[in-house]
Amino acid sequence: MEKFTKITAIAMPLDRVNVDTDAIIPKQFLKSIHKSGFGPNLFDEWRYLDQGEPGMDNTNRPLNQNFILNKSRYQGSQILLARDNFGCGSSREHAPWALEDYGFRVIIAPSFADIFYNNCFKNGLLPIILAEEIVDQLFNLTVANEGFQLSVDLAEQKITSAMESITFSTDFELDQFRRHCLLEGLDEIGLTLEHADDIRAYESIQKEITPWLF
Amino acid sequence: MGAKTLYDKLWESHIVRENDDGTSLLYIDRQLIHEVTSPQAFEGLRMANRKPWKLSANLATPDHNVPTSHREQGIVDPIAKLQVDTLDQNCDLFNITEFKMDDIRQGIVHVISPEQGATLPGMTLVCGDSHTSTHGAFGTLAFGIGTSEVEHVLATQCLIQKKSKNMLVQVDGQLNPGITAKDVILAIIGKIGTAGGTGYAIEFAGEAIRSFSMEGRMTLSNMAIEAGARAGMIAVDDTTIKYVKNRPYAPQAEVWDKAVIYWQGFHSDTDAHFDKVVSLDATEIKHQVTWGTSPEMTMAIDETIPDPAKEADLVKSSGMQAALDYMGLTAGTPINEVAVDVVFIGSCTNSRIEDMRAAANIAKGNKVASNIKQALVVPGSGLIKQQAEQEGLDQIFIDAGFEWRDPGCSMCLAMNADRLESGERCASTSNRNFEGRQGQGGRTHLVSPAMAAAAAIKGHFVNSNELGSQ
Ligand code: SF4
Repeated sequence: MEKFTKITAIAMPLDRVNVDTDAIIPKQFLKSIHKSGFGPNLFDEWRYLDQGEPGMDNTNRPLNQNFILNKSRYQGSQILLARDNFGCGSSREHAPWALEDYGFRVIIAPSFADIFYNNCFKNGLLPIILAEEIVDQLFNLTVANEGFQLSVDLAEQKITSAMESITFSTDFELDQFRRHCLLEGLDEIGLTLEHADDIRAYESIQKEITPWLF
Repeated sequence: MGAKTLYDKLWESHIVRENDDGTSLLYIDRQLIHEVTSPQAFEGLRMANRKPWKLSANLATPDHNVPTSHREQGIVDPIAKLQVDTLDQNCDLFNITEFKMDDIRQGIVHVISPEQGATLPGMTLVCGDSHTSTHGAFGTLAFGIGTSEVEHVLATQCLIQKKSKNMLVQVDGQLNPGITAKDVILAIIGKIGTAGGTGYAIEFAGEAIRSFSMEGRMTLSNMAIEAGARAGMIAVDDTTIKYVKNRPYAPQAEVWDKAVIYWQGFHSDTDAHFDKVVSLDATEIKHQVTWGTSPEMTMAIDETIPDPAKEADLVKSSGMQAALDYMGLTAGTPINEVAVDVVFIGSCTNSRIEDMRAAANIAKGNKVASNIKQALVVPGSGLIKQQAEQEGLDQIFIDAGFEWRDPGCSMCLAMNADRLESGERCASTSNRNFEGRQGQGGRTHLVSPAMAAAAAIKGHFVNSNELGSQ
């Protein structure tokens, strides 16, 4: 998993509540045998005017120009501003896979669905919960100022405006264990591998007791 | 405090380290891999530039998507083909042993691993499949996992797990003639419910359980998950050790002797504490047929379809009514008057040689009833198919009007071409009777192989003791 330290990027405001995992990545794409490559189908039903199917060439599909993801001023965004209960619905890990594959590294919302929130950390995404008024303020700043960039510093647990003309700063909370994992780029597998010596020690003892398993 | 359950022993012998938050890093001795839940796990490995920790711990085979007829034509459905091809490629790339579609050892993961001796007593075994509980029959700690965990085991040979509670299901007394492990497990689920085992690891014990062959014990453990328990297990005894002996992956010579001594310790101590104990009287268990859309909705063959109006619990009552509506059944109807359209004998619950023999015993010299549209027999592995053919069972089935197929999951979950049409009623030896499980709108009744064969011959559910030789 990629390490997360500090990111400065354009923020994209997705002004809807209860964005569910089926909206994030529709079910027809779950037949895929891959963990990557979901980016072009992120928010598929909102993003394109036709019906998306796996295996389609997405570059020629008609775009819904009204959808935020297609607006030129938000291209290259890595920070998604969202509303209440983002990521509700099924437990599919394909949802964070799609967001990450598209290029997002941070999602800011007043609240997240539980499983989705957990799944994000497993996949190098940082979900940040902020008070409703602060999220509102960010939405306003983003919409009013084209090219508005935010800096998200995980080590300092701080979000600041990256535009000199605009002052904005807020702290955010998160579980210290998860912060550690993201900072170090550790996924659960990476964490277990921190105990590789313990695993090897266990194996060398077991080799004596149950040699037929080695 | 010293006395331990079988589960305690299996758990404790696999702890690599204990974490502060109550979880443990558990060592996994064996991982089974199939085509549906593994592609993203392999891709994850590749993306992170990781290698499997211990190659020899893994064994793979395609089963969910494979066709059960005309194999020589390959897989027609492109999505199924892609999944199977991907498994082949991943196994080739990482050097993982795979029994490919044209290998005689190919079959349902939960059938081939015990058959090869790759499932051994005292080990931990996982697979990205909920019916991994099957392997608990060997005194093995076996449970299903998700795709992220498949990758985790590939990369580290470990899983972060929290220990479950201990439950004992004791079945004492002797079974009546014709009653099989399938009837016993359905009776158990009927008693404790589909959530009865949630949070527990179940040990099955008692005279009736001991009397089962390994095939019967696997049928029983297979459905522990249907009672809500991720793992079900049975203590090691002579039956277990005899079954394992001389199988390709089992230890040989002096190592074998050492292994046997080690395995004999895998049973619960006399004074071991169980958090919950459930007892059943074997003599009271009759031939079972499920009538609803959950495995706990089961009844004896001599009973009538239950009446939701007589159920005091309103939530339960409306659940029963919804199940009856879906199943197209009326309360009060004797189940042995209910006609069947399709018969499926197979799945990781009941596709082993004993199951084939039990069904053939009923089919012998009889003909499939004219109202039966299709009667499928799908052996669990290529080797079982071969053995059944050597015993002449295939001819018995074919003569009676059954179709004799190639090994795979087939109509258990209808991922390949074998599926029910909407409204069709099936007597099935599989393990799940959920809505749409065998095809959209399909109606599944879970039964034993003998009961399924008997339903095929009579065209409706019937006590299998009325047919065949006892
Ligand atoms: S036979 Fe059915 S239950 Fe068993 S592994 Fe295959 S699909 Fe799953």
